[in-house]
Amino acid sequence: MSAMKQGPGDDLQEAARAPAADSGDGDGAGPRRVPRAAFISAGVAAAAAVAGGTAYLVERSRGTGLTVNVNGRDHPVAAAPDTPLLYVLRNELGLRGPRFGCGLAECGACTVHLDGVAVRSCVTRVDSVGNRQVTTIEGLGTPSNPHPLQKAFIDQQAAQCGYCINGMLMTAAAFLKSKPRPTDAEIKSALAGNLCRCGSHYRILRAVKAVISA
Amino acid sequence: MNLEQLTTSRRGFLRGMGGLVVAVSLPLPNWPRPVLAAGGFPPTAPPSPDQVSSWLAIARDGTVTVFTGKVELGTGVATATMQIVAEELDVPLSAIKLVQGVTGKTVDQGYTAGSQSMRTQWARGVRQAAASAREALLQLAAARLGTTPDRLAVTAGVVHLQDQPGRKVSYGALVGGKPIAAKVAARPRLKDPGTFTVVGKSVRREDIPAKVFGTFTYVQDVKVPGMLHGRVVRPVRPSPLVSTPTPRAQVIQGTIANATLQAVDESSVRHLPGFVQLVTRHDFVGVVARREEQAIAAAQALRVSWTDKAALPDQQSLYEAITSAHVDNTKVLSVVGDVDAALASAARVMKATYAHPYQIHGSIGPSCAVADVRDGQATVWSGTQGVYQLRNALATLLGLPADNVRVVYVEGSGCYGLNGADDVSLSAALLSQAVGRPVRVQHMRADEMSWENFGTPMVIQLEAGLDASGRIVGWSYQGWTANRGNRPGPPGNLPAGVLAGFPEPPPPPSPPSWPPLGDDSLNSMPSYAFPNQKVVSYGVYQPWLFTGPLRSPSRLQNTFANESFMDELAAAAGADPVDFRLRHTGDPRLATVIRRAAEAAGWRTRPSPAGGQGGNRRRGRGIAAVHYEGTSSYVAAVITATVDTGSGAITVDQVAVAHDCGVIINPDGLRNQIEGNIVQGLSRALKEEVRFDRSGVLSVDWSSYPIITFPELPDDVRIELIDHPGLPALGAGEASISVIAGALGNAVFDATGARLRQVPFTPDRVKAALSTV
Ligand code: FES
Ligand code: FES
Repeated sequence: MSAMKQGPGDDLQEAARAPAADSGDGDGAGPRRVPRAAFISAGVAAAAAVAGGTAYLVERSRGTGLTVNVNGRDHPVAAAPDTPLLYVLRNELGLRGPRFGCGLAECGACTVHLDGVAVRSCVTRVDSVGNRQVTTIEGLGTPSNPHPLQKAFIDQQAAQCGYCINGMLMTAAAFLKSKPRPTDAEIKSALAGNLCRCGSHYRILRAVKAVISA
Repeated sequence: MNLEQLTTSRRGFLRGMGGLVVAVSLPLPNWPRPVLAAGGFPPTAPPSPDQVSSWLAIARDGTVTVFTGKVELGTGVATATMQIVAEELDVPLSAIKLVQGVTGKTVDQGYTAGSQSMRTQWARGVRQAAASAREALLQLAAARLGTTPDRLAVTAGVVHLQDQPGRKVSYGALVGGKPIAAKVAARPRLKDPGTFTVVGKSVRREDIPAKVFGTFTYVQDVKVPGMLHGRVVRPVRPSPLVSTPTPRAQVIQGTIANATLQAVDESSVRHLPGFVQLVTRHDFVGVVARREEQAIAAAQALRVSWTDKAALPDQQSLYEAITSAHVDNTKVLSVVGDVDAALASAARVMKATYAHPYQIHGSIGPSCAVADVRDGQATVWSGTQGVYQLRNALATLLGLPADNVRVVYVEGSGCYGLNGADDVSLSAALLSQAVGRPVRVQHMRADEMSWENFGTPMVIQLEAGLDASGRIVGWSYQGWTANRGNRPGPPGNLPAGVLAGFPEPPPPPSPPSWPPLGDDSLNSMPSYAFPNQKVVSYGVYQPWLFTGPLRSPSRLQNTFANESFMDELAAAAGADPVDFRLRHTGDPRLATVIRRAAEAAGWRTRPSPAGGQGGNRRRGRGIAAVHYEGTSSYVAAVITATVDTGSGAITVDQVAVAHDCGVIINPDGLRNQIEGNIVQGLSRALKEEVRFDRSGVLSVDWSSYPIITFPELPDDVRIELIDHPGLPALGAGEASISVIAGALGNAVFDATGARLRQVPFTPDRVKAALSTV
């Protein structure tokens, strides 16, 4: 897995990617280094920006007092309390796993776990999370310590564009915890609310079944 | 408010830096940096395709960077492209890095579309560049090692004497960091297919691990410093939307397809937290805010009123409207023999009309772009299928010279054609230009679904004559397509451009009616040989819904009609549908896929319908086949389905596909594509139809435009791959979707005797067809 690519590779594409985990949002908590416009002009410039160091700009968080525990760590929340959890995860925590697909609880792309239960973060208010632990796909497993489903998805090459895969994996992971030996029909109905337009369904099913029979 | 002040959590900051360090600590290939134009803006014109250095660069450490104009759209072409280069250049796959679709850096290979990527890369793309590079590198190595190129061999990027492996020099040592000074040869020496070691292997896709660990960067994830968030506000009903300070479900009733902006009230959003600016241009409306959820809230809260021209046809009479509308262009594709005389003297004449609705691309991730338009220069990160084509559209839109517009491709959610990727790029550019800051715009679900360039509706009238022996003696095709807009092209091809006041280009005029144009590559032409035939297509341009290429554009519609009609003719001739097709083709590759699909499905030779089935549940099988575009892949599908004659519901039991796309570069990647085509094809055949009324689109989300789900899929899928290592690559992205609706409709006929001539095959339509049996 050492050659794992993060996406399109190029100095410009890297530059596009480099700040990706960084917040582009105007509000937030704590200090933050602002890489300047040069940052995006070329990979070299990006490197220079890091090596040379840039100034911190500090803005006091207006703070909501809210915190969420995500993948085992507490995070202060800057967003308004009724903001969907999805935007906090993506834009304040810089997570890329949970994805916006519909905002309507119709597709599953935004799925995360709350205390192990799969929920749709696009319709989950951040202030409704309370003390529950949020787990995202980043917290499910890593290349060096993958969740069995993640390994199976790679083995089965279970993705095309992959946009739906977060939801498939997170839904399947929570489902298998509650029902370790499901039938094929039960797997299908557990994933019925997760949409995939590329048609990776057969591979996804094979991956889930591979984990069950393992 | 000081917009320069950006903050985030410390952890977010560290994470960002961590990601950055990873990004730049990868071995950076030492290829020549782009010459920065005045103001630090790199050139944006395409490099010359004649130079090897436009395609490939080799760093000192041996890393091969490939610059490709064809981009990864989720179909696996990136990995397949790397396989081709690894094969022709004799380097390990792990040494290859791909740069895809960056203006000024990658060759203009046109759009990544139409299943053409592998075909192009194989026939006149990276394969030729890699082979030319290898020849040039062997020349250099021969000089260095004091020998001649014919005595050299290459192993994993190291050139050595065939008989003395110790006398060697690596590619990196030969040219590391310097451009490879060679031309792309017209006919470079290519590898003998018998010696392939990488091409033809199911190499794992390089992008899948990151997609599975949530670390892949889609265009939806691109963030640049100082970036604001925008949302478009499209003409929708009811207007204004229920106003909420933060986003909840965006509930709209439908669009107003040809609205003009009446009034917009900034005071409805000015007070909202994070609100930055309301942007209007002609009928284009968008909002910019500091945070994403704030932009969404502002877009929902904005009070705006539109004038509704109610100019669409009634959905119920769409097909009459298409065939009775003014025809803007007529294309005579084929005139063989005398079809009128053949029909007049035929033993039996059959006639049928088929209809296909508007359908949606339906990307799971709504389209997104980030634009930075400042100081007369623009950089746009986009999931576009054509960076140069989009660059030109953006230049027109923004009033900038094309040299000042740079487009960087970043993969988005699967697009299947012209989804919202270009459209949202225009929107982001307009918003960024207005606020003078980088702006990220992602469509909301309703924006993506109801303001897109839909797959075109078509009406196809077929007429054919059979002689007494059951052979087709004459075939007449007339097809009508309703169009509006297209790929960029001018901004007026896209909804955002039209809303922003750009003129819609006039319909292309009719070409001369004689001589016939020949195959239009749209599967309008039958895949079989008939002694008399006439094929004519009509383009209708009306201000209805926007249209554009959707996976297998026009080809899916045409093959549905042609292959359903072949089935009707076979039934009329009392012939087995497989035999009947074989009887009408002399093309061995088409015959092979037909036979292989039939064998895979356990086809039993007999005419349709099956008959003799009691009860409510009737089972049948149907076949459809095509020589895609007349020059591309050969595909056949056999579908077995059960029809509930009480409810009209269709259950698909089995799909068997036989597929010949010439040389197979990555068999598992190919299977992945075919599986996807089957799933999407079934979804579109069974369920999908854009709903609209006279005002606009009513399909705005996944409830009002359902697609297929896991429980609806057949368990039994059989895929037969036919490999021709010595033949050209023909493309596999979309050929197999074109036979799905036809095979399924033919299965329903076989089961019940009821003929389905209109997609989708909803239970109501099935029941209506059953009532006529
Ligand atoms: S984005 Fe949450 S369910 Fe679709
Ligand atoms: S893999 Fe593209 S949507 Fe599922």
